[in-house]
Amino acid sequence: MSQPEGKGSGALEVKFVPDEEVLKHIADGAGIKVRKDKTQLTVSVKRFVKKLENISDDEAQEILEEKNYVAALGICAQDPVGNGSSVSGGEVYSFQTPKRSSKMAELAAELAQTPGQSVAPDHSECPEKTAKTPQSSSNFLWAEIVWKCNLILLFAWQRAVLRRYMFLLLMHVFSLQLQSKKKEYVATTPYRLRKRLAAPDPYLESESEYSASCSEEEDEEDQKEVSTVLSGRKTPAKTKALSTPPPRNTLAKKIKEDKMSNLVEEYFEAHSSSKVLTSDRTLQKLRKRRLNQQTLHDILKKAPLAYAAEIKELNQQHESLFSKWMLQLHLGFNIVLYGLGSKRDLLEKFRTSVLQDSVHLVVNGYFPSITVRSILNSITEEVLDHIGTFRSPLDQLEFIIKRFKEDSSLELYVLIHNLDSQMLRGERSQQILAQLSSLPSIYLIASIDHINAPLMWDQAKLSLYNWLWYETTTFSPYVEETSYENSLLVQQSGSLALSSLTHVLRSLTLNARGIFRLLAQYQLENKDNPSYPGLSFQDFYQQCREAFLVNSDLTLRAQLTEFRDHKLLRTKRGADGVEYLLIPVDDSTLTDFLEKEDEDV
Amino acid sequence: QQVQEDLNKQLFDNLVSFLRRSHSEFQEKTTEWTCRMKSREIPTAALVLGVNVTDHDLTFRSLSEVLQNNITPYIALLEAKDCPGIKNLMQKLMGQLMNCYVDVDSLEDEDYVQVSQNRIRCSMTSLTNWYETVTKKTDSETPSKKRTSSSRDWQSPPVVVIFKDMESFTTKVLQDFIVISSQHIRELPLVLIFGIATSPMIIHSLLPHSVSSLLCIELFQSLSCKEHLSTIIDKLLLTAQFPFKLGEKVLQVLINIFLYHDLSVQNFIKGFQLCIVEHFYSQPLSVLCCQPVDAKKRVNSLSHDQCENIRKLPSFRRYVESQVSEKQIALLTADNFLKEITQKLLEDLCVYHENYVSVLRCLHVFTSSLPKYPLGKQIRELHCACLENRVWETEEYESSLQLARMLNKSDLVTMLQQCVEIFVSSSGNEFDKTVEKLKEFLTQFQKLEAEAFQERDVSVSSQKELQKKTDLYHLQKTLLELKESRRSKKLTKFEMLRFEVVDYIDSLVRNYLVPADHKTLHEIAYFNTASVLRGHLNAAPRIALHTALNNPYCYLKNQALKSDGGRISNKAPDICIVYKLHLECGRLINLVDWLEAFSTVVMAVEGPNADAASSDQVDDIIHARFIRAVSELELLGFIKPSKRKTDHVARLTWGGC
Repeated sequence: MSQPEGKGSGALEVKFVPDEEVLKHIADGAGIKVRKDKTQLTVSVKRFVKKLENISDDEAQEILEEKNYVAALGICAQDPVGNGSSVSGGEVYSFQTPKRSSKMAELAAELAQTPGQSVAPDHSECPEKTAKTPQSSSNFLWAEIVWKCNLILLFAWQRAVLRRYMFLLLMHVFSLQLQSKKKEYVATTPYRLRKRLAAPDPYLESESEYSASCSEEEDEEDQKEVSTVLSGRKTPAKTKALSTPPPRNTLAKKIKEDKMSNLVEEYFEAHSSSKVLTSDRTLQKLRKRRLNQQTLHDILKKAPLAYAAEIKELNQQHESLFSKWMLQLHLGFNIVLYGLGSKRDLLEKFRTSVLQDSVHLVVNGYFPSITVRSILNSITEEVLDHIGTFRSPLDQLEFIIKRFKEDSSLELYVLIHNLDSQMLRGERSQQILAQLSSLPSIYLIASIDHINAPLMWDQAKLSLYNWLWYETTTFSPYVEETSYENSLLVQQSGSLALSSLTHVLRSLTLNARGIFRLLAQYQLENKDNPSYPGLSFQDFYQQCREAFLVNSDLTLRAQLTEFRDHKLLRTKRGADGVEYLLIPVDDSTLTDFLEKEDEDV
Repeated sequence: QQVQEDLNKQLFDNLVSFLRRSHSEFQEKTTEWTCRMKSREIPTAALVLGVNVTDHDLTFRSLSEVLQNNITPYIALLEAKDCPGIKNLMQKLMGQLMNCYVDVDSLEDEDYVQVSQNRIRCSMTSLTNWYETVTKKTDSETPSKKRTSSSRDWQSPPVVVIFKDMESFTTKVLQDFIVISSQHIRELPLVLIFGIATSPMIIHSLLPHSVSSLLCIELFQSLSCKEHLSTIIDKLLLTAQFPFKLGEKVLQVLINIFLYHDLSVQNFIKGFQLCIVEHFYSQPLSVLCCQPVDAKKRVNSLSHDQCENIRKLPSFRRYVESQVSEKQIALLTADNFLKEITQKLLEDLCVYHENYVSVLRCLHVFTSSLPKYPLGKQIRELHCACLENRVWETEEYESSLQLARMLNKSDLVTMLQQCVEIFVSSSGNEFDKTVEKLKEFLTQFQKLEAEAFQERDVSVSSQKELQKKTDLYHLQKTLLELKESRRSKKLTKFEMLRFEVVDYIDSLVRNYLVPADHKTLHEIAYFNTASVLRGHLNAAPRIALHTALNNPYCYLKNQALKSDGGRISNKAPDICIVYKLHLECGRLINLVDWLEAFSTVVMAVEGPNADAASSDQVDDIIHARFIRAVSELELLGFIKPSKRKTDHVARLTWGGC
């Protein structure tokens, strides 16, 4: 009991991967059982059904589903799952399953018992065998089991719908003990696992170890759970374990039907509950410094790019199309590229290899401050050499159209990276671009990345654009494109905000700096209070007076206006009508700022 | 490629001429009814055009052209996107009207200045003033120049304002415009034309009664896009003049896109153009795809390589294999002989096309009127069926023949007459015999008619006989006899003839409607790679993205990435792993947990040698990789930052909020 307790803390990884693994173990047991006691199957079904009678209806339903699922997993070894390379709709678009937090403990108990029992042979046999004699016949048996598991796993993916039950159960139960010790996990990754991974077949290895890494803990967890939560309930675990494989074909069919009819319901169920069940951990607690853009870039540069050769091959495939693109551009079509991976390099290559001698315009759509206006401006100013301004983009567009129609020798290639970027995806800008691209002497070649990008075009725009679609999946990282994206994980506004802070304050009087310091200090003192509303104006005034920084209400207000103009301060009126003052800068920056100030002083 | 440009031109000519035809009727009406203008009501034409918005542009352009030529020089085309407010609308209107006026008499330069002045304050009054001056000028200055009889009918030609897409105009703007212009209708003969994509009811739902009562609306229905399509198919595909042909699958794809996606004739044409481009780009032998006269010359000038290309064609190989051995050798070695044969084969192909078209039309005449349309209502369906495989082997053909054997006489006769017309009009000289034969059938039918009269007399007399005999026994006997005779006689002469006709048609079909892939050298004229076309016209970027994320092996041919079904290996690119992990989550994803899971997976790849000691360095890299992958997912639109919980992101797809 004590040993699993110790390891239990490492089971955090359960979060994302575990359910397949659990199922795998269940199936392991099942597979063995199936072979050994086929005769007992029918008996166990009956027992199982009897057991269910004790439990209330809906619960029983849930459990039954669960069991069915497990049963189906047992079957699936024979099931022809082979849908080959074609990705079935279920796999690509699976709904999230509804979450039912109630009755979870009970269900967990029901569930957890199965692995608890069936895992046992698994644990006792396999590691030893694989360790001892890799070529023995028992090893072969093991391999067979693993092979079956893989098939089961396959099936498990498709059963994404039901799977979530288990996953949630485990999560819920564990979350009680899960604390921040997860680092230990890496060290304690059981030797058994590694051995197992080193076992028979490299192919299998790559298949299974994805989720295998956390399986062991989990099993122990399971066992522990069974004994802790259900210690009072001394049901013979054996019968339960046996009850998993049974009712065969009829049930499997039922499940399929259920799945189809339930899909819609499940969607709505998933959306009906506003409760969000995720753990409360934050990056702050991770004891890891946030990376800023520069270091991130450096680190990524050092890291080798995976599959460079294959990516290069892909790119060469695409590059062979260049001449075709040219032809089609000249025939009045415009080209749009889609597919995973940055298409920037590809377009750049196209530009340097084909468009060297012609007038072309490159638009970096991912740039956060790009606008249609700037595109039009660069056309009128750089390409048409027109000096002067226009009242509206529409006028400008008209002018461009007129010029291009008058002078048929004028030709322009426009390359747009990320046509679907934040700034360009608006209806009006797309309309303008579409009209621009419909000119016969403007050749547009653009790339899109967003999954919903095609939604921005309606029929009329599509016909103006006259697209030809080309799939150019490159798998190359979006280096440039994401560098502007305000990423969640990258330390933001850090240096920028800090420098602006210091600059603004340096231009202010000593008293003003003091006022700001006071506020900043107060805010930092309260940084652990999540519902900190800010410092109320009256309190602040009091403090400032005590520090001899201001002599009247009015002077303080005047200073505060100064801060507000520089966006260093935000005022909020509370529910009681009191004004609260808040510095809209994150705490770490503020600390840095104070430290720096201290140094200066 | 020259050929192809010609084709394109012809294509558009066809379309425009067709549109013109469809509108001529409409214009007649307009002229009539503009005459009887009422005092306060603005005459309005509501033109119901159907949902294929993209085609409307062409329609309107041709319409305004025609109007300009026949009725009035003053036409303004307004689009909703140009007119967010009444002011813009007026501006646009003035600009267009005055510009067009300037176009009409371009001599007067001062007028141009006037236009620019007027632009500053656009109002209805200035418009009426302008109109007055213009009409006066034309009246006084150039009475002789006064064009066309139509404009002489009313001294003042009306001003036509066309609203291209009425549904997308703001109701406020429309209402204002209508109210204002109704005030000025006495001075300014205004005619409105609304382009409507949905249903005529939209006018009443857009405009309140007080406004719509100012309009005198007449409804016009333009031809449906389906009919446009069938004319285009008729003119482009079912003629022998165009050397370029579409294969069965390609045609199917194009028609499917048309029917199930946009109903846009323009897109269909675009697809067709793309087919032409692809064909000429990818098929080296497409040089030979031209008019037969040119083809001969080009065959003679073929280089050795091109000859080799011909030899490589699968259909040509089939042809070679069917020849005697000496000829085989000659074909495979001697270029000159090959050229001769190629010329002959190309001619054959040409003749085949000619015959094919007329027989197809003939068959269509028969099948299109059968109940339940076993071979399809439209000729394009029949065309597809014939291209796909031997049509006479299909069940549908069997059943349609069955049905054809049950046609009544009058239908049969009219059909035969139509067939005769088709054959006579076709240029093929092989059909002389066919025409003769069909005519013979017709005369036989006429004869039959005469005979039928006699027969009826006979039968009447026999019935009279029957009535005479009242004896029960005899009655029974005669009835039995009658029954027997009916059973044994089976076929009347008419029925015999009908069978003959159907059999003859059947033989024609078997002779001439051989699918094109069975013909030698069909690769030259037929474009068959439907997948390319579908990829370019009807792409599925989401599917591509998902396959790339779910199954990177599809793109990166690395053995390590190979996997079955929905699983991906843990050696997959970072973004795939991150994506897979995120699929497991609900609406919100905890970044820490995500990172944790990711690093577990990645560490597993790195293997046991990644010790805890050196893990700090590794951790940084993994962290960075994770950040990159997550921000890539954000760029792709799978997640977005969420403020509902710290360090969480919201999932945007399937089950996200």
